[in-house]
Amino acid sequence: MTFFFEVLIGGLLSGVLYALVALGFVLIFKASGVFNFAQGAMVFFAALTFVGFTEVLPGWTGLEEGGSAVFWLAFVLALGAMIVLGIATEKVVLRPLVNQPPITLFMATIGLTFLVEGIAQGLWGAAVRGLSLGIEDEPVMWILDRFEMIISKFDVIAAAVALVLFVLLAALFQYTKVGRALRAVADDHQAALSVGIPLKHIWAIVWGVAGFVALVAGLIWGARNGVQFALTFTALKALPVLILGGFTSVPGAILGGLIIGASEKLGEVYIGPYMGGGIDSWFPYMLALLFLLVRPEGLFGEKHIDRV
Amino acid sequence: MAREIGEVILDLQNISLRFGGVKALTDISFNVRKHEIRAIIGPNGAGKSSMLNVINGVYHPQEGTIMFHGKPRKDMEPHMAASQGIARTFQNIALFKGMSVLDNIMTGRNLMMKSNFLQHALFLGSARREEIEHRKKVEEVIEFLEIQSIRKTPVGRLPYGLQKRVELARALAAEPSLLLLDEPMAGMNVEEKQDMCRFVLDVNDQFGTTIVLIEHDMGVVMDISDRVVVLDYGKKIGDGVPDEVKNDPAVIEAYLGTSH
Amino acid sequence: MFYREAGQFKASYREDQQIFPIRQDRIGIVAAIVFFFLVVPLIANQYWLQAILTPVLIFSLAALGLNILTGYAGQLSLGSAAFMAVGAFGTYNFMLRMDGIPFLVALVLGGLCAAVVGILFGLPSLRIKGFYLAVATLAAQFFIVWVLVKFGWFSNHSTSGVITAQHVEILGYTFDSPLSKYLLTLAVVVVFALLAKNMVRSATGRKWMAVRDMDVAAEVIGIRLMGTKLQAFAISSFYCGVAGALYAYMYLGTVEPEGFNLDLSFKILFMIIIGGVGSILGSFIGAAFIVLLPVFLNVAMHTSLGEFIPANIAANLELIIFGGMIVFFLIVEPHGLARLWQIAKEKLRIWPFPH
Repeated sequence: MTFFFEVLIGGLLSGVLYALVALGFVLIFKASGVFNFAQGAMVFFAALTFVGFTEVLPGWTGLEEGGSAVFWLAFVLALGAMIVLGIATEKVVLRPLVNQPPITLFMATIGLTFLVEGIAQGLWGAAVRGLSLGIEDEPVMWILDRFEMIISKFDVIAAAVALVLFVLLAALFQYTKVGRALRAVADDHQAALSVGIPLKHIWAIVWGVAGFVALVAGLIWGARNGVQFALTFTALKALPVLILGGFTSVPGAILGGLIIGASEKLGEVYIGPYMGGGIDSWFPYMLALLFLLVRPEGLFGEKHIDRV
Repeated sequence: MAREIGEVILDLQNISLRFGGVKALTDISFNVRKHEIRAIIGPNGAGKSSMLNVINGVYHPQEGTIMFHGKPRKDMEPHMAASQGIARTFQNIALFKGMSVLDNIMTGRNLMMKSNFLQHALFLGSARREEIEHRKKVEEVIEFLEIQSIRKTPVGRLPYGLQKRVELARALAAEPSLLLLDEPMAGMNVEEKQDMCRFVLDVNDQFGTTIVLIEHDMGVVMDISDRVVVLDYGKKIGDGVPDEVKNDPAVIEAYLGTSH
Repeated sequence: MFYREAGQFKASYREDQQIFPIRQDRIGIVAAIVFFFLVVPLIANQYWLQAILTPVLIFSLAALGLNILTGYAGQLSLGSAAFMAVGAFGTYNFMLRMDGIPFLVALVLGGLCAAVVGILFGLPSLRIKGFYLAVATLAAQFFIVWVLVKFGWFSNHSTSGVITAQHVEILGYTFDSPLSKYLLTLAVVVVFALLAKNMVRSATGRKWMAVRDMDVAAEVIGIRLMGTKLQAFAISSFYCGVAGALYAYMYLGTVEPEGFNLDLSFKILFMIIIGGVGSILGSFIGAAFIVLLPVFLNVAMHTSLGEFIPANIAANLELIIFGGMIVFFLIVEPHGLARLWQIAKEKLRIWPFPH
């Protein structure tokens, strides 16, 4: 039973990180109505830009290599780059495609995925980089002593950071003027414009926030698995989460992430061995699909009625 | 007019339709007789389009029964309604935007086309004969609605009034026994309205098609319909021949909004 | 001046419903077929036949398959490569396990396997639409590749599922040389392209497009959404499956399941976006474009032009250009290169007079 909980908790913790990536999708979808397939590429871009800056900054500025000054400066610069990337995407890709069917926009973001990956590697090279956030990937001692479970300290801290981020964002959307404007925009662009909400500012803010989320996700995933092309696959992990939670719901993304994370790990441990292992590539998708067949609107989505 | 209004072919009894907590239709009963033009009128949001959607199976009412040709039906899907001879047009034009006028109208014949995709792929013998046979029928409809000159035009390029006409053509191509028209004259100028009125009357007259129509233009409704049913807030508030309805206090109140 | 249909009157519906109603188009198609069957074998060298023309034809067929599903029936799929894999492994197993089965029969059976799998993974389309469906097709992509790797039976228990195509013999003639493989591929692709053209211009295609353009209206005029969508999934997967088998037997010779990965699916999607969504001709143009672009870039990099581009960028140029082109085409010409061709033809009809 201890083993079961160990797997479950490990799964839930990585689920929080899936949710973090999924959150990036949800933010963009709410604001621009676009399913941004390039979110994974943006996570990769963010992490690579951050690592790239930590490499070149000491040479440019004379700051101490690996110091916290370099870390924060690189963080700010990477965030800046993400905002620029987001605004450029909005201006160059999405604005000209306004009024096109959503599926066209979706395909455009697949193109964008390749573009962003190419640019990221073109700027910083394709070599795999290590990234240390100063948190060891070791078992949390008191849990090990108390419950005899191995729970990674890194996972716990990463999940805690993600949760803090969720709370902050929820507060932002619920209680601030910007948040209210954003919700209005998500509901109806035209109507939001007509009551004087500056759509362009809102978009810029959302892309900025989404860039920030992507950066945090990129740092956490990068610190865990190395900053490499495979980071783009985090998006593929987040997609089943989105199907499950719905494209527009932040709580849906979180709950979906937890469900996917937990069931993926449990499935791998308890079902995988009977099927030759390696089932994590498709298991979350199948799970999400089966769920959709029962409830097409997702966990929190509203039932859609066609008006004719 | 020497038309024979026949027996009741569509009988709606105590229809109620809800979306979640919102009541779209409450306890509505009325019938449609063979060969008549039956109008449904009412202010915006009265549930007129919902009524049509119930008749051809897009929406499924929670309560009530629908008798069509004397047989009760329950939870009918739209394609089943189509195969029983119900065709319709939509309030917001629902043409297939990527296809030509001809192809759009040809889709109206699909229920009568029996060959399968393999025969289509080879396009030999029966598939070809069938295509030609239905093309002839479609050309009759095209001629009837006077849209010969645009038959190869993609529908997206047509002006609004013509699109409405193509939509009617698609519905007629199915040779329906019951035709539902959702605001066929909305957004048209006087001339286009006159044309459309003429087509509706001709369809009714020449093909003997029973027509249920929703229309806002009272002049048109009173002129061409045999009987009128009036809805307001999802309830039926009037039913009868145009002259009766015109003078019904409840109807006048719903339209002019006398204070309560 | 030359491309004008004036004077070509149709006296019967039969004439109006020919596969290529305009005489110049008929001449053009026949000329193209003659050219690729008779002239190309005389002028093309081994490299062109093997590395360019054959893969272009195979990808055209796969793109055609995806175009049937996405371009005509409006259901976006990100799993085309997986259906190609089913076709390739299906054909392999029929060749392996049924002695003396003719290759073309095995090819069609392989395609049918893909069609069956396609129907299974098309089932979600009955309840979900748009990008939900696109994401759902990723399940097919990952699951099918996993199955082919994990279950040794499919690859006759070779390591990591690698299969090597058997020799192909039809009527005593062995298809070993690049030329013979090219000609066989060409024949198969031409036949399937004509069949597809016939389908999309008849009631089958009209049903697909009706579902694509407005599903509620399609249902109201009596089109069954379920049957129509699943039919599109089946036929599309069949085309992809046949393309996959040709990919293994006529092009690579040795393939592994991982070769049919998500990247390949994206490539096929890009072919139809660049070539033209909902266009048969576009499938061919798109495939040619996607196969030729890297070749062209490679050549360009080895000329003086290459010296001006930093190595990092050069290594990623393909990604950048592919991505950029997709965005560019979707914005500027969502109907792809095929649409440009059509516009050119429309211009030509009135040339040299502007109106």
